[in-house]
Amino acid sequence: MALSDQELKEIAYLARISVKEESLPSLKKELEDILDLFKQLDEANTTEVNAMSHPLDLSQPTRKDEVTEEDLRDELLKNAPSVKSGLFLVPKVIDGEN
Amino acid sequence: MDLHKLSLSKQLEGLQKGDFTSTELTSQYLNRISELDGQLNSFITVTEDQALSQAKAADDRYKKNNNFSLDGLPIAHKDIFCTKGVLTTCGSKMLSNFEAPYSSTVYDKLDKKGMVMLGKTNMDEFAMGSSNETSYFGPVKNPWNIEYVPGGSSGGSASCVSAELAPIATATDTGGSIRQPASLCGLTGIKPTYGRVSRYGMIAFASSLDQGGVIAKSAEDAALILEAMSGHDPKDSTSLKLDQPDLTNNLNNPIKGMKIGLPKEFFEKEMAPYVLKSIEEAIEVYKSLGAEIVEISLGNINLSLPIYYIIAPAECSANLSRYDGVRYGYRCEDPKDIEDLFMRTREEGFGAEVKRRILIGTYALSAGYYDAFYLKAQKCRQLVANDFIEAFKSVDVILSPTTPGTSFKSGEKTNDPVEMYLQDIFTIPANLAGLPGLSIPCGEHNGLPLGMQLVGNSLEESKLLQFAHSFQSNTDWHMKMPNI
Repeated sequence: MALSDQELKEIAYLARISVKEESLPSLKKELEDILDLFKQLDEANTTEVNAMSHPLDLSQPTRKDEVTEEDLRDELLKNAPSVKSGLFLVPKVIDGEN
Repeated sequence: MDLHKLSLSKQLEGLQKGDFTSTELTSQYLNRISELDGQLNSFITVTEDQALSQAKAADDRYKKNNNFSLDGLPIAHKDIFCTKGVLTTCGSKMLSNFEAPYSSTVYDKLDKKGMVMLGKTNMDEFAMGSSNETSYFGPVKNPWNIEYVPGGSSGGSASCVSAELAPIATATDTGGSIRQPASLCGLTGIKPTYGRVSRYGMIAFASSLDQGGVIAKSAEDAALILEAMSGHDPKDSTSLKLDQPDLTNNLNNPIKGMKIGLPKEFFEKEMAPYVLKSIEEAIEVYKSLGAEIVEISLGNINLSLPIYYIIAPAECSANLSRYDGVRYGYRCEDPKDIEDLFMRTREEGFGAEVKRRILIGTYALSAGYYDAFYLKAQKCRQLVANDFIEAFKSVDVILSPTTPGTSFKSGEKTNDPVEMYLQDIFTIPANLAGLPGLSIPCGEHNGLPLGMQLVGNSLEESKLLQFAHSFQSNTDWHMKMPNI
């Protein structure tokens, strides 16, 4: 199955992974090889079959609406790359005045 | 005394009788790790201080006669299980600085029973790989021959147990990551029924396939620890509402009159003569024990590989979207805006195989392809599951090779992803159907071990372990250890 450079770039953008221009050809080849595997499924007759999304036939369990988690705020913030006043810091998202 | 030569149950007996202390036992393993792991790279983190203090606490409890059920037994944990305050990397640069703020249920359960953590084992990055060559922390070597791979993704767990740097290790299996390395390292590895072992705090790869289990030196050892890891966990919504199963009581029961199914689709494949010979010899052992051999058909089994390589990457692309460089883990230098932060963090933080799978999954889930790939794969998954349901109406277990052959040399398959994926051709179907599967050693070729796989019906781990133990009570393949 052939992928165009444009398609590959779009997928990479959807996945938010930047791909260097020079690695496009080899990546494209690897992905095409994997996509070729998928063709084998064409031969299977699935017209009467339900999709199996999970091995267990379970309904989503519910529980009482009570707080059960501990407050780990400080512990969780310790792992963050950049923090200020108990908040995660990222580059400015909205343009305009500071 | 070479305590590492004892089985886990003998070690437990020794601790209970006071023949030796957990501190002695733990120290022996820690010494072996520092002596031998330089050439294997099976551990990412060795938790020496914590291990010695856990061992001491166990010894104190024994002195006061209020010990726990598995008190003082050492174990290594795959670095996919969160362990509070200890580095938990999942083999990735993305989590190379991540100290888990809480522990996985698997760790907690074993900790509460007194088990001593020796350290965190190396693995393929985010459990994606079959050779343990995709780890950010370097490849793991096979103790049988360090030019060869230990298998993956639980390669560190297999390598360290095989080299007797730990008596047993936790592991996880999404498409064969327990059974394949167990086969390649001459060990017993079991993946239970989906939902048996809590996935809470077990870093997610493909949530409808991932399942925790163990890699051990025998079925008896595996049963002891798998039993302790199992049971309902309210913190995991996919955890089965069943109590901890009894996996040890049934081990010594005879298998006479029970039925073993051989899927003809597997045996029609071109198989290396030495693989076929080992499997045929194993079948003879089972016949001599009174088992009946039945040919069965799993008509859709050959669809398993493409089904898996749609569903697993699709789920992985969703699960791994959480690694964005904001809340934890790696972040790229000097991001110029939020988009650049996401895109470069993920480009730099993930390795090649992980990125490949995220891209495949993103593609399979994208508009225009969802029906053709993802939905089609889910329907085919049901066909595979139906085949097993039908087969288990007439047999107790299903036997096949675990892997197409013995281990292969490092670097041999790294440039061809599809060739690597074929490693899991026998193991993937059990994950798709959510069934328990195990691998036990049954032969060797050119000095490298080989395993056979037994797959059981849903929730029949006890029967699987009974079959494995009865084989191991009549053969000595599982007793062979590498010279390292």
